[in-house]
Amino acid sequence: MSWTPADPMVSIRDVHKSFGDLEVLKGVSLDVMKGDVICIIGPSGSGKSTLIRCVNALNDIQSGSILVEGLEVNDPKLDKLKLRKRVGMVFQQYNLFPHKTALQNVMMAPVRVLKQDKAAAEESARALIKKVRLEGKENSYPGELSGGQQQRVAIARSLAMKPDVMLFDEVTAALDPETVGEVLQTIKDLAEDGMTCILVTHEMGFAREVADRIYFTDGGVIVEQGPPATFFKEAKDPRTKEFLSQIL
Amino acid sequence: MGAAYKTDLPVMMAPKAPEREPILPHLRAWHIVPLVALCLLASPLAFAAEHDIRQPSLSVLVTWAPLLMKGFIFNLVISVSAMAVGTFAGAILGLGQLSPSAPIRKVAWLITQFFRNAPWLVLLFFAMFLLPFQISFFGLSIPLPDWFKAIIGLSLPVMANVSEIVRGAVNSLPSGQWEAANSLAFSRRQTMWLIILPQCVKRMLPPWMNLYSILTMATVLASIVGVNEVMTLTGQALASEGGRPDLLAPFYGFVLLLFFIYCYPIARYTVRLEKKFAVIG
Ligand SMILES: Nc1ncnc2c1ncn2[C@@H]1O[C@H](COP(=O)(O)OP(=O)(O)O)[C@@H](O)[C@H]1O
Ligand SMILES: [Mg+2]
Repeated sequence: MSWTPADPMVSIRDVHKSFGDLEVLKGVSLDVMKGDVICIIGPSGSGKSTLIRCVNALNDIQSGSILVEGLEVNDPKLDKLKLRKRVGMVFQQYNLFPHKTALQNVMMAPVRVLKQDKAAAEESARALIKKVRLEGKENSYPGELSGGQQQRVAIARSLAMKPDVMLFDEVTAALDPETVGEVLQTIKDLAEDGMTCILVTHEMGFAREVADRIYFTDGGVIVEQGPPATFFKEAKDPRTKEFLSQIL
Repeated sequence: MGAAYKTDLPVMMAPKAPEREPILPHLRAWHIVPLVALCLLASPLAFAAEHDIRQPSLSVLVTWAPLLMKGFIFNLVISVSAMAVGTFAGAILGLGQLSPSAPIRKVAWLITQFFRNAPWLVLLFFAMFLLPFQISFFGLSIPLPDWFKAIIGLSLPVMANVSEIVRGAVNSLPSGQWEAANSLAFSRRQTMWLIILPQCVKRMLPPWMNLYSILTMATVLASIVGVNEVMTLTGQALASEGGRPDLLAPFYGFVLLLFFIYCYPIARYTVRLEKKFAVIG
């Protein structure tokens, strides 16, 4: 039973996750096909971050199954490094390495983890920095960049590992309003290039524009889902309606 | 420092350039004069009335000063050596406290806590009397001199404190650094050596320098176990001058001054580093 590109890239089945006594995920299931862009929305504390952090094993799960290209994440013998080479992640707080320049941040993992040749890695890193529209900032340290610029370096750093799936956890939530657009544009470019993306976001306009499907979570379950066109117009569940009325 | 040099003393922020380079930060050459004068003259004054034919105490001190300074250099050698040994051992112990293996973590924690909560003097005695006076090595007898044992004895509390400095610095980094490194498939070891520790060096420097100051001042404990450092020599010098009470203040004042001149700039520089890093983060 090996994975084929016709199977879901990420398949989440009945996932339960608790922190101590607090059950945060109460049976979540969803599938993401190759090239899909899905957005997860929902009130704060509903388990959105926890869910996507389970996909690259930053959090472990108590029961259920998460398959990433056929690799079972909920397996004690899982090779986490193998999984994480396939799954990129971008965080709300960027989490760039402050002692390294933008270029070094992007090159580091390909050289150290993938053992790429240094010159080749630098060349692709420069191309990625150009792609996220930060040409000229290669030698800047994170502390010298704006939030939006740092976040784009973080995206480039993640892309340098050539992941098959990208996870974005509220990546614009910590940004100044004027730099949100440039980061969203970078993600939009990625989505158009066919990257499989799982995004947690509060940017409804953006979700409407790029998402193939939107999932609404509340209290550790997926309450409602659908393509943006129907999701925003025909939300049925009262919790979804209330959330949308507050945020739109 | 250069252009980035900042001072917290308003008096030094005057637009005009200082006429002379300060010898020590915030302490100018002339400051030493009243300090020395105070230390050296306080006691002789009390005896001035009592006219006698003895050599004035200051000139006695001048005769002995070269020997006392030699002794002080020995204190510095002990402090640098104990710091080096303690830092090396402490770094290993600190990393042990951060090990993914629970038994290693617990043993490292226990050793750290044991030596951190022991009086330095007791540790010094402990090393003095537990280490053999010589070791045999392939039939070769290598004597272990007292000063060597003193270095080992003093390096024990340094080791424990460095261990805590390392652990504290690593734990003070935001967890996002670990998460970002994990998500990029760095191994734990790579994360530690390439991402976490390089950022910690900066955070460890001020407490480490603080520890060094404390250690330097603690080297006089070695006199109690008979090492020929500055306090021992001062005692011997005073004894050979016939135990003149008017010599006590100038001699010990001189020793205090030596330590002050050495340790104060370190303390100032530590404060400056702390401030600088607090801004940069
Ligand atoms: N490491 C953790 N330890 C304990 N509780 C946690 C941890 N991470 C998240 N939680 C709790 O899990 C719940 C869901 O958190 P999270 O997934 O971050 O929600 P969201 O991203 O939707 O705001 C919250 O109640 C939060 O306090
Ligand atoms: Mg969250």
